[in-house]
Amino acid sequence: MRSGIVESMEALVSEAERTGKKIGELVLEYEAKLKDVPRDEVWREMERRWRVMKDSVIKATAKPPQLPFKELTGMSRKVLTRKPLFLGSPLMKAVARSMAVAEYNASMGRICAAPTAGSAGILPAVLYTVMEEYEISEDSIVLALFTAGGIGLIIANRASISGAEAGCQAECGVASAMAAGALVELFEGSPRMVADAVAIALKNLMGLICDPVAGLVVSPCIKRNAIGVMNAFLSAEMALAGVKSLIPCDEVIDAMGEVGRKLPLEFKETGLGGIAATPTAEKLKKSLTGQI
Amino acid sequence: MESHNKSQSERKFIKHVRGRCMPRRRVESVFEIIGPVMVGPSSSHTAGAVRIGRLARELLGDRPVYAKIVLHGSFAETYRGHGTDRAIVAGLLGFAPDDERIRDAFSHAKREGLKFEIVTADLGEEYHPNTAKITLRGEKGETIEVVGSSIGGGHVEIVEINGFLVSISGTYHTLVTIHRDVPGVAAKITSLLASRGINIARMNITRKVRGEDACASIEVDQEIPEDVVRALERYPEIRIVRHVRPI
Ligand code: SF4
Repeated sequence: MRSGIVESMEALVSEAERTGKKIGELVLEYEAKLKDVPRDEVWREMERRWRVMKDSVIKATAKPPQLPFKELTGMSRKVLTRKPLFLGSPLMKAVARSMAVAEYNASMGRICAAPTAGSAGILPAVLYTVMEEYEISEDSIVLALFTAGGIGLIIANRASISGAEAGCQAECGVASAMAAGALVELFEGSPRMVADAVAIALKNLMGLICDPVAGLVVSPCIKRNAIGVMNAFLSAEMALAGVKSLIPCDEVIDAMGEVGRKLPLEFKETGLGGIAATPTAEKLKKSLTGQI
Repeated sequence: MESHNKSQSERKFIKHVRGRCMPRRRVESVFEIIGPVMVGPSSSHTAGAVRIGRLARELLGDRPVYAKIVLHGSFAETYRGHGTDRAIVAGLLGFAPDDERIRDAFSHAKREGLKFEIVTADLGEEYHPNTAKITLRGEKGETIEVVGSSIGGGHVEIVEINGFLVSISGTYHTLVTIHRDVPGVAAKITSLLASRGINIARMNITRKVRGEDACASIEVDQEIPEDVVRALERYPEIRIVRHVRPI
């Protein structure tokens, strides 16, 4: 099924403006039509995924899991328990939670990919934190997941959501853009503002490469979840303040896709470039494959 | 890194990566973006590996008691960090990719009497870098050798069964037979399916030597009733029949 609203941000925004519906509602209706099932059924499936996300935040922060690189174990805990100096406390918590979920993923915990497993900390951390801090209902959060999902669909089809195809801009970058757009809609921004937030978030992380040390989804992945969270709040805040993207969102998405295609293969999950190809990373890789 | 510095294996790896980037499938459902629910860390090295194990178990058609798992390429290089070894064993135990017990698959295997061996080897350039070759022995003494590749995003492909080239995605109900390579067997199978209103989505028959055994894998749109499997087992030309459920 081809529906304009998952082809372009412009189509999605105009449809929302024309009907007065939220983007999340349009995406929910689209999915129900696609699967040919009642809206309730689609809603319940998204609720189930939200429960998995919440669960991953709770379990991941309760006990920081062991990581393949021992020196990194407990990173999220350090951030979570520190009284922030520069960041506000909710922001600091969101950052810590995203890292915790990424650690949980790295240590074989159960997560919901959004849009990928490597970037799975960003959306749950952002939504969990605003739900708690601003007393937002679970229903609003589930609707925001449809908003985020619609944004992700457009990016997946115009560009990419795979680090192996287009670098980390397509994983943590896209997760951040999805979260930014969802935040704007949750906090009553207009559909145009949603598109601006997405465009701003994508531009901020454009060109980010995929270079995991020893091929493992640990370093720099966990910290990139943290910057994804910061960038989501920043982009949402800017869009809600009325800052516009000079370049329309769809063009930004297309540019991101082009950057991804043109990135050398060394920077697309092959472990041959970037952080993964540093002398220390090479040493770590050898020590890992040597341990039996 | 200068390109002339690349080792041969790096070049090979790149070739595979390039191959895997295209062609691209359209993403239609919002649940492919918000999802899948899975045990981490990697959709290809963990979730896909569970699927390969689970498909191997279904192809054995019995409770496995012994497994030899050969990891190739990127699976061989990164399996500890990604838990690929535990993921495959979890699949052999029948777990799904979102089962929280995957992390402790080895102790579950012990409890359920599944002995296993894990080794790494280069299976050859023709295989996808995320590939495992699994030899299984079941409770009833039956053995099978399955080669499966994890081709990205948690999607997998079984590429060999007992040396027969196949292509099974595990997203459909699949009927697999190993039968004598004589005229009319395929027709018997397809007409039985047709008579039960089962629609074939994709079918592929291969053999190693003409006139000996052949292997058919048939992906269908509907559930395959147990009695269809039983009926096929009664055909004298057919030695093995398996119904592989989608995972
Ligand atoms: S660096 Fe690569 S593996 Fe890690 S989160 Fe980014 S895209 Fe995923």
